[in-house]
Amino acid sequence: MLQIENLKVEIEGREILKGITLSVKKGEIHAIMGPNGSGKSTLASVLAGKNFGEITGGKITYMGRNLLEMEAEDRAKEGIFLGFQYPIEIPGVSMVNFMKTAVNEHRKYRGEEPLSSSDFLKLMREKKELVKIESGLTNRSVNEGFSGGEKKRNEIFQMAMLEPKLAILDETDSGLDIDALKIVANGVNELKTPENAAIVITHYQRLLDYIIPDVVHVLYDGRIVKTGGKDLAVELEKLGYDWIKKGDDTVKYG
Amino acid sequence: MDKKTQTIKRFSKLFTDNSSRIENNSAGLINSYRGDAMKQFVELGIPDRKNESYRYTNLDPWFNADYKSYFVPGEEDFKAAENFECEVADLNSYDLVLLNGIPPRYNGTLDGLPEGIWVGSLVEAAEKYPDLVARHYGRYAQNGKDGLIPLNTALASDGIFVYIERGVTLTNPVQIINLVHSDRDMFVQHRNLIVVEDEAKLPMIVCDHALSPQKFLTNAVTEVYVGENAHFDILRVQNEHNNAAKLTHTFIHQEKNSYAVSNNITLHGGLIRNSTYHRLNGEGAGSNALGLYLTDRWQHVDNFVSIDHASPNCTSNQLFKGVLDDFATGAFNGRILVNREAQKTLAYQKNNTILLTDDARMDTKPQLEIYADDVKCSHGATVGQLDEDAMFYLRSRGINKDEARLMLMFGFAREVIEKISTEALKIRIDDLVLKRLRGELSRCATCSINCDK
Amino acid sequence: MEKEQDKILNEVTSGDYKYGFYTDIDMETIPKGLNEDVVRLISAKKQEPEWMLEFRLKAYKAWQGKKMPQWAHLKIPEINYQDIIYYAAPKQKAGLSSLDEIDPELLETFNKLGIPLEEQKRLTGVAVDAVMDSISVKTTFKETLAELGIIFCSFSEAVREHPDLVKKYMGTVVPYTDNYFAALNSAVFSDGSFCYIPKGVRCPMELSTYFRINAANTGQFERTLIVAEDDSYLSYLEGCTAPMRDENQLHAAIVEIVAERNAEVKYSTVQNWYPGDKNGKGGIYNFVTKRGICKGENSKISWTQVETGSAITWKYPSCILKGHNSSGEFYSVAVTNNHQQADTGTKMIHMGKNTRSIIVSKGISAGKSQNSYRGLVKVLKNASNARNFSQCDSLLLGDKCGAHTFPYVEVDNQTGIVEHEATTSKIGEDQIFYCNQRGISTEDAIGLIVNGYAKEVLNKLPMEFAVEAQKLLQISLEGSVG
Repeated sequence: MLQIENLKVEIEGREILKGITLSVKKGEIHAIMGPNGSGKSTLASVLAGKNFGEITGGKITYMGRNLLEMEAEDRAKEGIFLGFQYPIEIPGVSMVNFMKTAVNEHRKYRGEEPLSSSDFLKLMREKKELVKIESGLTNRSVNEGFSGGEKKRNEIFQMAMLEPKLAILDETDSGLDIDALKIVANGVNELKTPENAAIVITHYQRLLDYIIPDVVHVLYDGRIVKTGGKDLAVELEKLGYDWIKKGDDTVKYG
Repeated sequence: MDKKTQTIKRFSKLFTDNSSRIENNSAGLINSYRGDAMKQFVELGIPDRKNESYRYTNLDPWFNADYKSYFVPGEEDFKAAENFECEVADLNSYDLVLLNGIPPRYNGTLDGLPEGIWVGSLVEAAEKYPDLVARHYGRYAQNGKDGLIPLNTALASDGIFVYIERGVTLTNPVQIINLVHSDRDMFVQHRNLIVVEDEAKLPMIVCDHALSPQKFLTNAVTEVYVGENAHFDILRVQNEHNNAAKLTHTFIHQEKNSYAVSNNITLHGGLIRNSTYHRLNGEGAGSNALGLYLTDRWQHVDNFVSIDHASPNCTSNQLFKGVLDDFATGAFNGRILVNREAQKTLAYQKNNTILLTDDARMDTKPQLEIYADDVKCSHGATVGQLDEDAMFYLRSRGINKDEARLMLMFGFAREVIEKISTEALKIRIDDLVLKRLRGELSRCATCSINCDK
Repeated sequence: MEKEQDKILNEVTSGDYKYGFYTDIDMETIPKGLNEDVVRLISAKKQEPEWMLEFRLKAYKAWQGKKMPQWAHLKIPEINYQDIIYYAAPKQKAGLSSLDEIDPELLETFNKLGIPLEEQKRLTGVAVDAVMDSISVKTTFKETLAELGIIFCSFSEAVREHPDLVKKYMGTVVPYTDNYFAALNSAVFSDGSFCYIPKGVRCPMELSTYFRINAANTGQFERTLIVAEDDSYLSYLEGCTAPMRDENQLHAAIVEIVAERNAEVKYSTVQNWYPGDKNGKGGIYNFVTKRGICKGENSKISWTQVETGSAITWKYPSCILKGHNSSGEFYSVAVTNNHQQADTGTKMIHMGKNTRSIIVSKGISAGKSQNSYRGLVKVLKNASNARNFSQCDSLLLGDKCGAHTFPYVEVDNQTGIVEHEATTSKIGEDQIFYCNQRGISTEDAIGLIVNGYAKEVLNKLPMEFAVEAQKLLQISLEGSVG
C-alpha cells in the first residue's frame, strides 16, 4: 500500500529525515516510536502533504502512485488521513459544515452523489457514538474551545466519517487520560479492517497496549534505527530511549 | 485657486442658486439651519487627506467629478419617489423605499406598523410634530472638523424620520431600502432622524443599492437619539457598484442604561466611507459597533468609528473585520475617548483584516484616548493572510484549495455575523456573505425588491 | 485603603529631581537669537570646513520654510526662537590632551552626576563622551578603542579628523529637510558623538554619551552619528540631565544610525532631563529625531528607552528596515508625572523582504500628566513576509492624568503579518490587596507592580543602566509608583 524509500527531508537547511525506508501493507498496523525531535511528526506531515521543508531525496509510492506529486486534498481523497498532534482551531467554521464539505468532496471524487442533509446527519450521529463525542461539540466551530481530549476524539471522529485506507495518527495519545485513551483506541480498533492500514506515531508504549501493532519502528535522529514486533515497544519502555541512543545493532524484522 | 477652494465655490454657488428651491421642498425648522451650516462648510471644505480622520481616503475624484444632477429635488422627483413600484419579499419587516434620498410622502405612517411608532418623511414630521423634531434635529451631528456634515445640513432637503414612543418595543425591524437610480450622474444627500424614547426598542435595517450604472455620490447624515433604558439596533448592508460612492455619517446619542448596536456590512461599492459615532451620554450605557467589509477590484472602504465615553460605567465594543481582494484598499480608524468623568469604563476594540493579494492594501489606526484611571480598555489590530495551518488542516480532510479558502474567509467573517441578534436576519446575511465570497452576488441580489431593473 | 493609596500617590509624585544643581563655571556664550550670521558664527567657533557651513546654511533655509509640527497630542507653548542662546561652552583650551587640563569644576560636575571622567575610576566596561551644553568635554578610552579601529570621539572632532566618513553618512538617515526640529538641529547643532565600528569588529565595551545642559537660556542641539560596518556589533548608551530652572529650555537632537550587513546596534537611552516642578514650571522641551537604517542584509537595530524626564517629550526612535532579513526593535518605558507631557513611540518601515520588528511600549502616567504612544508600522509593497508585533500598554495612577495610544498600521503586502495589541488599566486593587496580605506595604506593592510592568523593557538595558533606570523609576513616581 505504502512504500517509502530512502526519504530525506530538510527544514531550514537542517536535515530532519535522513533516509527513511518503510513499507506498509494493507491490514497492517505500524507503530513509529522515538524520542522528541527524532522526526516523527515531520514524517507524518510529509505523508499528508504539508508544504514545508524540502524533500531532498527518496520517493513515496502509495497505491502505485507517486505520492509526492499529489496535492494534500487529493491524498485525503485517495484515503490518507492524518490525525493531527495539535488539531487546528478554525473559528467561525462549524464542525457540521466542515465535515459535510469533506465527506461530499470524498464522494464526488468517487463519483457518488452528495449526501442529503438528513443522511449526513444520520451518519454523523452514528459515528459520534463510536468515539463518544458529545453532540454539543459538533455544533461548535472546528476545534474551537475544545479541551485537549475533545480535540483528539474529534480527530478520531473525523477518521470514522472519512473511512480512510491509511490512517496516520500523530501522537494521538498525548495529553489523554486513561479513559479517553481507551475511547480513542477503541475507535481505531473498530475502524480497522483487513483492507486498510494505520501508522500510529507515539512517544509512549501505553497506547500500544490498546492498539496492537504488527510492526514497531524506532525512529531516532531522522533514521529508523530498529524495527521489530510488538515486543520491541515493551522492551523500549523498559530500557528507555537511551538504549537506542547507545547504538545497539539494528534488529531486522520481516 | 486650488482645488479645495474651487470645490467650496462650486457648492456655495449651488447653494445660492438653489436655496429657494431646496427650501420650498423642505421644512422651516430644517431650513433655519442651512445658512450657518453653509458658512461652516465654507470654512472646512471637503475633507482632504490632511484631515487626520480622512488620512487614508481620497474624496477628490468623487467631488471633482461633474454630476449632471446635484439632486436638488423638485416636485417631479417626489412624485417619482412615491410612484416607485416595488414588491417586497417576505422578511418580516416594515419596509420603506427611499429613492435618491427622498422618502415617499404618505401623509401618514407606514402600513401595518403597531401603535406608537411613526415612520415617514422628515419634512412631513417637522410639520406634523414640530416640537419633537426641533428637540432633536441638529443636536447630535457634531464634528467640528468634517465639512461633509454641514454640507449635508445646508443642502439635504429630506430623509427619513422614525419615532418610537416610550415603552413601545418593536420585534420585526423597520427596513429602509435606500436606492439610487437615475439616467444621469448624480450627487445625493439626505438627512435622517431617529428618535427612540425611553424604554423603547427599535431594530432597523438599511439596505443601500444602486439600480442604474450611472456615477452616484451619496452623502447621508443620520442622527439617532436613544433614550434611557432604550434599545436601538441598526444594520446597514451596502451593495452598490464600482461607480457609486457612499459616505454615511451616523451619530448615535445614548442616554442612561441604553444599548445601541451599529453594524455596517459592506459587500460592494466604489468608495465607501462609514463614520459611526456612539456618544455614551448617560451612565450605564452600552454600545456595540460592528463592521464587515468584503471588497475586491479597485474598491475602497473606510470605516471611521468614534466611541465617546462621556459617563461612568459604560461599556463599548468595536469589532471590524474584512477581506480585501484584487486591488481593493481598506482603512479603519477607530477611536475610544474616555473622558475624565467616565470612570469604570470598559472599552474594547478589534480590527482584523485579511489581504488576499499583494495589491490589496490595508491601513488601520486603532486609537485610545483616555483621561480616567479606573478603566479597562484594550485594542488589537491585525493585518495578515489566511492561516496556513488551517488551510492544510482543511485540505488534509480532502477539501480542495478554493473551497478551503472560502471556508476560512467565511469563518473569519462569521464573528461579525454572529453578533446579529435577529435569527432570520443572521441567516440572510450569512447567505449574502457566502454568495459574496463565492463571487455570486449580483448587485441586485440582496435587494428585497423584485424589480425588473 | 483607597485613601491611603491616594496619600502615597501624593507623596510619591512629589519626589525630587536630584540632578538639578547648577555648576558655576566660566562660560563662553554668544548673544541670543537665530539668523544666518549666528549659523556662520557657530560654524566659525568650531572651525568647521566650508562644506559643513554649507550644510548648516541649507538646513537653516529649510527650517525657515517649515512650521512646528502640530499633530502630536501635546500642548506646546509658543517658543521664541530668538530668545535662545545657540552656543554656550565651558571655557577651556582647545585640543586638551590630559585630564589635568579640564577645569576641576567640570570634573566635579560629572563626578556628581555619577560619570567620573577619570578612566581608572570608571567601570571598565564603559567609554564615555561627556557633553556639556554645546561642546564635548572629554571622551574616555579613546586610545583603547582606536587599537581596534573603532572611532569614538566628539562630533566636532570627527568633522575635523574624519571628514570623509561624516560627509558620507551625515544626513543620510535624517535629512535636514526631515522635520522642523531636524532642520533646526542641522543648522545650529553644537556637538555630540561620532562612532564608527569597522568591519568585523565587536565593540568590547559599552560606548556612551552623557549630555548635560548647564547654562541658562541656552538650547542644546547635539548630533550623534553611529556607523556600524559589516559584521560589527555595538551597544551604545545615552544619558542626560539638566539643572532645575524656572524657564523652559529647548533640546532638539538628532541621532542617526547606519547598520551595514550583519551589523547589530543597540541604542539605550535613559532620558532624565529636568521635568519641571510640581506645578509644571520649567523643564526641558525634548524634541528629538532618532532614526536608524538597517541598510544591509541581516542587520539589526534595537532602541531601548526609559523616558522619565523633560517637561515635553516629542520623540520617535525609528528603524528603516531596508536590508532583507533585517530587524528592528523598540522597547520603551515612558513615565510622566505632575504636568509632564510625552508623545513618544516609533516607526518601523519594512522595505526589505523577511524583515521583522517588535515594539513594546509601556506608558505610566501619574499626576496631571499626559502620556501618548504614537507609532507607525508600514509594510511596503515589496516587503514580502514582513512581520511585526506591537504591544503598547498604559498604566494610569490617579484620575487626573491621561494615557493615549495612536498606532498607525499600513500594510501593502499580503504576506505581511502585523499585530497590534494595547491595553490601558490601573493597578488592580486586588493585586495590591494580595501583596498586603503577604505583608507588603501598599507603597512597596505599587513599586513592585510598576517594576514588574516595566520589566520587559528594563531587561533590555545593559546591566549598569538597568539598575540606574530602576532607581529612576522609583524617584520619578516615588510613592505613586514606588
